[in-house]
Amino acid sequence: MSGLPNRKLRNAGIAGALGLGAALALAPEALPQERRSGFEFMSRESQVLQQDDTSNPGMLWVAEGEALWSARTGASGRTCADCHGDAAVSMKGVAARYPVYFAEQSRPIDLQGRINICREVNQNATPLPYESRELLALAAFIGKQSRGMPITAGDDQRLEPFRALGQELYERRQGQLNFSCANCHDDHWGRKLASSVIPQSHPTGYPLYRLEWQSVGSLQRRFRNCMVGVRAEPYPFGSPEYVNLELFLMTRARGMPLETPAIRP
Amino acid sequence: MSEGSGSMGATRRDVLAAGAGCLALIVARPARATPESMASAIKAFVGEAEVQTGKVALDIPPLVENGNSVPLTVTVESPMTQQDFVRTIAIFNEKNPQPNVAVFHLGPRAGRAVVSTRIRLGDSQNIVAIARLSDGTFWSDSAELIVTLPACVES
Amino acid sequence: MARALINVPSKAKRGEIIEIKALVSHPMETGYRTGPDGGLVPRDIISRFLCTYNGEEIFSADLFPAIAANPFLSFTTVATESGRIAFRWIDDKGQAHLETAEIVVE
Repeated sequence: MSGLPNRKLRNAGIAGALGLGAALALAPEALPQERRSGFEFMSRESQVLQQDDTSNPGMLWVAEGEALWSARTGASGRTCADCHGDAAVSMKGVAARYPVYFAEQSRPIDLQGRINICREVNQNATPLPYESRELLALAAFIGKQSRGMPITAGDDQRLEPFRALGQELYERRQGQLNFSCANCHDDHWGRKLASSVIPQSHPTGYPLYRLEWQSVGSLQRRFRNCMVGVRAEPYPFGSPEYVNLELFLMTRARGMPLETPAIRP
Repeated sequence: MSEGSGSMGATRRDVLAAGAGCLALIVARPARATPESMASAIKAFVGEAEVQTGKVALDIPPLVENGNSVPLTVTVESPMTQQDFVRTIAIFNEKNPQPNVAVFHLGPRAGRAVVSTRIRLGDSQNIVAIARLSDGTFWSDSAELIVTLPACVES
Repeated sequence: MARALINVPSKAKRGEIIEIKALVSHPMETGYRTGPDGGLVPRDIISRFLCTYNGEEIFSADLFPAIAANPFLSFTTVATESGRIAFRWIDDKGQAHLETAEIVVE
């Protein structure tokens, strides 16, 4: 590779610009007892923002989701509440166990997928587009009902092959930078990329309000950011690869408390 | 300088290259406010009056992890009575596209002169808060803060 | 659909200084940002916020594009009497979003 020396030189310049230290020893994958939520890597100001419901902007989406929960939708004219009743009771713990195995289609589905199946089958309504305000609002509202509860995803044995596919994707190098998720989030968590701390990749607070987005967004949007970051072609929204990856990460995060709607920088 | 650390996965080069990829996504922004334009915005607010340092406390984190949402609190020492109160608090910055951030209008009914909001900062810079009191005097505080460069931003 | 979250204590003692928080969903589009098509995204800003207590203005703000998306404001007022605290956010086009909260003062 004749271009290598040049790249080395360029990288040395970038290292200086980024202020990265000279030694980057490899850290092993986080053991269960040392798993840390992205919350712990944030500034105190962002932590306070997440913990105060009267100033957490994610609560605007939760409030909108609450209104949608009781709004008549589709040809059936039914509301979510008509079947599920009080979400504080019926949805408690639900988001903590997603993605779940959807037997009718012999595949795992995420919470957003479940909401849309419910709309189609039970409400005779059109599915909400991924990343639409309404779908994020409903997911945030349902997620909030499990806030503080331990993640329980991955219980069902039928999920195992899909979890394994998710893990394979997590560890697969990809993109022009030839980088896997694990290369950053397992090997270098706690260190810095530019000035940002690399967190462990526990999706404990989705959908969440990202200051960068100035909006609530889904885990799939975050996955796409990472893929673009390593210059890989992101999968389209709703792709099964994202559900498998979420399943792997949520299974790995079992026992950690759900934080929806979280704040992240 | 050793190149990577063997077979365990990412090398130093990989990490640096990823950094380069992320940084490349940051695009140039339009023209910005300058210290001069902030000075003229302040002049439009205070007129010919003298601005004294004191009475105002501007509370803003010195190191900001994302400039899209920076918490800011201004507190002004004032009894907030009918005779002696804070009329207006204005916030200025020197490097955003516009020098004005916000103007808050208060009165004796506030009880206390404390206002909080969240602001945007495109770059590390100086922020100025100026309070106009009921006696016509102006008081100020300023803060220098650093907005760090985010990695892996959405293009 | 604009949505707002306001936080006003439902009860207060007469003369007590209470904290009021107001959060509204709004992109606060600066007019300086480039959209996916390369063109500038048009400016769309809430430029004015007003709070009244039984009809009398107790706090207002002029807001500029440097205010973060989903604007948040907190301020204080003296609880004088029971009644209604009203909030109004007005955008560049003059469209307003209204919210109210009731307070009981003893």
